[in-house]
Amino acid sequence: MKKSFLYKNFLFLAFAILFFSCQTDNDTNPKEKFAFKTPSNFPKPTYNLQENPITLEGFELGKKLFYTGILSRDGTVSCGSCHAQTSGFTQHGHDLSHGIDDKLTMRNSLPIQNLAWAKNFFWDGGVFHLDLFAISPIEAENEMGETLPNVLQKLRNTEGFESPKTDYPLLFEKAFGTKEITTDRFLKALSQFQLMCISANSRYDKHVRNENTNENKLTTQELKGLELFEQNCSNCHSTTLFTDQSYRNNGLKIGNPNDTGRHRITQNEEDKFKFKVPSLRNVEVTRPYMHDGRFRNLEAVLDHYTDGIQDSETLDESLKSTLKIELNQEEKEAIIAFLKTLTDEEFLSNPILSEF
Amino acid sequence: MNTKFNFSKIAFLAFFIAFSTALSSCKKDSETEPEIDPNKKGMLEIKFDNIVGQDDFTLGKDYQNAAGETFKVDLLQYYISNIILKSENGSEYIVPQEESYFLIKEHDENSRNIQIPNVPEGNYNELIFTIGVDSLRNTMPPAQRTGVLDVGVEGAGKEMYWSWNSGYIFFKMEGTSTAIEPTDTNPNGKFRYHIGGFGGYDTPMFNNIRTISISLGRDAAKTREEAMPSVHIVVDILKVLEGTTQISLSEYPTVMVNPFSLKVSENYMKAFEYHHVHNEGHE
Repeated sequence: MKKSFLYKNFLFLAFAILFFSCQTDNDTNPKEKFAFKTPSNFPKPTYNLQENPITLEGFELGKKLFYTGILSRDGTVSCGSCHAQTSGFTQHGHDLSHGIDDKLTMRNSLPIQNLAWAKNFFWDGGVFHLDLFAISPIEAENEMGETLPNVLQKLRNTEGFESPKTDYPLLFEKAFGTKEITTDRFLKALSQFQLMCISANSRYDKHVRNENTNENKLTTQELKGLELFEQNCSNCHSTTLFTDQSYRNNGLKIGNPNDTGRHRITQNEEDKFKFKVPSLRNVEVTRPYMHDGRFRNLEAVLDHYTDGIQDSETLDESLKSTLKIELNQEEKEAIIAFLKTLTDEEFLSNPILSEF
Repeated sequence: MNTKFNFSKIAFLAFFIAFSTALSSCKKDSETEPEIDPNKKGMLEIKFDNIVGQDDFTLGKDYQNAAGETFKVDLLQYYISNIILKSENGSEYIVPQEESYFLIKEHDENSRNIQIPNVPEGNYNELIFTIGVDSLRNTMPPAQRTGVLDVGVEGAGKEMYWSWNSGYIFFKMEGTSTAIEPTDTNPNGKFRYHIGGFGGYDTPMFNNIRTISISLGRDAAKTREEAMPSVHIVVDILKVLEGTTQISLSEYPTVMVNPFSLKVSENYMKAFEYHHVHNEGHE
């Protein structure tokens, strides 16, 4: 039954894509490559793709917008500045991401991957629709320091620009039919690019889908790590997305007392110092870890769970009783070996997502 | 044309005065006002007059609150949405939601006059509306946030949206007070009241959506195809600081995403009062 449901969904998607490609252009081949495909081991996307059907032109525009400095006040910062593809779309080597005028932000940038399945965005879940997500970094004075109306105006002002400069109204026309640059179109184009950042081809995924060749098969140690992971970690980092998308206090020592996490959004005392459970896909390349990037490597993360958990009023129930996860050195190594099977080389080097 | 207009207007007024003084209970007389044809549609205007006590409110002018603090306001704007008109006979006209969002700005006189089209003819004696933006709209994607809700347009949603938590600011009042001790971070004694919070998307949080009902008492706004009544609502800005809870600006110079904002929204609910209605135009 489950299979037929999936099958139906696929048929529907296929039809939607066919329908769309017939409508816009006669050259359908490149578009089919851009069809949004739900990987067979993934659930149904949260994002409503019917409201923003992905097209090659929309995706290309979104990619341009993702990598342009126009989004920032002085042209120095693009989305890609803090979200580099090779680091799983995070800012490599920075505990706290930094934006315009070298100002530090409060947090470590989260990866841009599998956002079609995300319910909320940011470490505190303050934004709950992907289309609304980009406004925050554009307008934060320590990120891009711009205003959305001004970005839209700067884009409108590029009309008639010739290569190598970009004529954005022309790109909007290709993507949406007219040159008009609206809030909605701008944000939808950015979403189209981000929605296509799908990571589902790690060795783990291929293991789950029985696609691994002999030399690619998970090793005994990795399989042992998977087993340990399922016993000790998947309560929160539930598999497939490797996050249950909840907000929890995992017992970190309080760093910045002003960053109360989820509490900043809800103002509920019980949400103090709770942060989103991050996905562990590509975790090998998204270091450093935690909302403030305090742990430089995975060993430090596991050491926290075995020896570093601080009790507090909002500490997660699953850690309350023991204040630790019991793991010996060998088990930690196995878990780390397993976590590295979540690295998706195809995604990290996919040329269609890259800036150049 | 002018004389004809004057004549009919005088005739109407004469009838109106005669009937309202002598036969105030006999309302349904067809000669006092045009008959109501519910199939016909007209308009209804609501004017929001910001005031202070008995006086007209002016940006940049010194006022004094109940705490004895002198203050002036530089910016005052708020959303009015989800308007319902109730008529004397109990029928309701719910303004279609897409057309039911207004941003009232003290610095923009046009924004203070809301004109509602396609209102069925009727004598409306109660207005119900939300000060702020309903929770559903607060959860919608940008495609459903247009007009005064567009977060990418100056003078619209841009100034009334917290980009980091998806929510709208319902009521915004900023200014300065000599009572606020200047500090390094606030050298000019500024106060900033940004009131919002729609109850949360999937986690409950504080909710400042305030829906109020305003009765026109014995009056009615008489919408006819050819006549647009104008209802005047006064909004006493002093009530923002003392409607129910007396608030000191020096104690609370900044109220934004904080449960204390509930006190402010509770206060400003009390600021909205019916003043009068103009029913001219019945020719």
